Amino acid sequence: MPILLPYLIAGWSGFFVMSVELLGGRLLAPTFGSSIYVWGAIITIFMLALSLGYLAGGRWSTRAPSVRKLGAILAVAAVSVIPTLLFGVVLLDAVAAQVPDPRFGSLLGSTILFFVPTFFSGMISPYAVRLLVEERATSGRHAGQLYFVSTFGSAAGTLLTSFYLVLYFEVNQILGGLLAISIALGLVAWLGGGKR
Amino acid sequence: MKQLQRWLLCLAIACALAPAANAQKLIHSERSLYREVLVYEDGPVRCMCFTRNCRIGRQTCMNMQAPNRFVMNYTKMMMASLFMNPRPRSILIIGLGGGTLPRALSQVLPGATIDVVEIDPAVVKVAERFFAFHTSDKVRVETADGRVFVKRAQREQRQYDLVMLDAFDHEYIPEHLLTREFLEEVSSLLSPQGVLAANTFSSSRLYDHESTTYAAVFGTFYNLKRDNRVILAGKGGLPSKQQIAANAAGLERAFAPFDIDVSNYVAMFSTRPDWDPQARILTDQYSPANLLNLRE
Repeated sequence: MPILLPYLIAGWSGFFVMSVELLGGRLLAPTFGSSIYVWGAIITIFMLALSLGYLAGGRWSTRAPSVRKLGAILAVAAVSVIPTLLFGVVLLDAVAAQVPDPRFGSLLGSTILFFVPTFFSGMISPYAVRLLVEERATSGRHAGQLYFVSTFGSAAGTLLTSFYLVLYFEVNQILGGLLAISIALGLVAWLGGGKR
Repeated sequence: MKQLQRWLLCLAIACALAPAANAQKLIHSERSLYREVLVYEDGPVRCMCFTRNCRIGRQTCMNMQAPNRFVMNYTKMMMASLFMNPRPRSILIIGLGGGTLPRALSQVLPGATIDVVEIDPAVVKVAERFFAFHTSDKVRVETADGRVFVKRAQREQRQYDLVMLDAFDHEYIPEHLLTREFLEEVSSLLSPQGVLAANTFSSSRLYDHESTTYAAVFGTFYNLKRDNRVILAGKGGLPSKQQIAANAAGLERAFAPFDIDVSNYVAMFSTRPDWDPQARILTDQYSPANLLNLRE
């Protein structure tokens, strides 16, 4: 169980990020349109936030790492989606009023809504590597398995969201569901990973 | 023997393909942010397409020997929006294509101001170079997303007597232009007797959802159906069929150059609901238009 949890969390986090990214396009379209640069802005912010998250997650993993803390990161990433759920439209319209150019408007809008959750999601993978690796000889294998799980999760999140979830649910219902699963997983890690 | 069979088969395929390949000549290809904008010519008819050999539909066509005559049926159905309100003074067109509609409208209504929003600058370039579309002090074109333009026009409290929505095609529907919120925004741009004319492609299950969404915002609307579907909705209710016929008669001569026989189109006006009234309304939160369009 303790070794499974980091993998599970990394896989779910991959799912979460891609699902939120696709829904981000949906949320921005009414305000900024669905031009290619709107998608460009969203993807840029997600990539930027992930890259900085990797850096931060790696750094933080040197300070008394635990599965509990990994679960906490996942939960924080989820909770930081709540403002989007509650005030997404208002925030985006306020941004559009200040920055009418849809290129920079969507860049700013996706920064406000998605930078924080994606940054914390980015912390997960390097942090999980630290929890999984016992010795240098197997470190590459663990890292490979982790990349596999996390990117496979991303693929699943992309496919399920764009093919099926949006056909049955509202955007906010999907975001709410993602949030609930993240918090449940974070809780499991908090309770199950207590003894390190 | 086997060899001969194969050879004959190849010949048969070549023969089957040859006329199609010969009849349509690619005369221009314009690279764009979104897609390739292709111009094909087939005899006197010139078409703008977004797919090779116009495989998935033609965006617009023009008969070069009779440039005024409409080649495509849906543009005639869109012009029938003037039967609802024959003298709009300000018009907004979302989606330029080859510019057939603004060209015809500025001929019929020389005093009207026409704003065109087109997302793709390459389409504007091709329309001007190959489809005789011109801007003027009455006809303006802006490169922007339709929804972004509408929101801005709403903030500036602009009003239009006629809004034409022509941004959908066979392969892709901009989903944020088919939601209740968007239609409410468009409705707020309409003057008291304003008309919305929407050219849509839905024949699938999307038809039901599109219908309930329009009905939720505009109430009863006129539904014109042939290969395409054109929805004509009014802000201040609908004129009667008699009024439609009277307005159409008044436009008969003005429409003749475009090869529009007005009585044909008057006969298409219908308010009969032929959709499932329970179909879920499309909103900014729930807008899987393209997925619904795949379903029978």
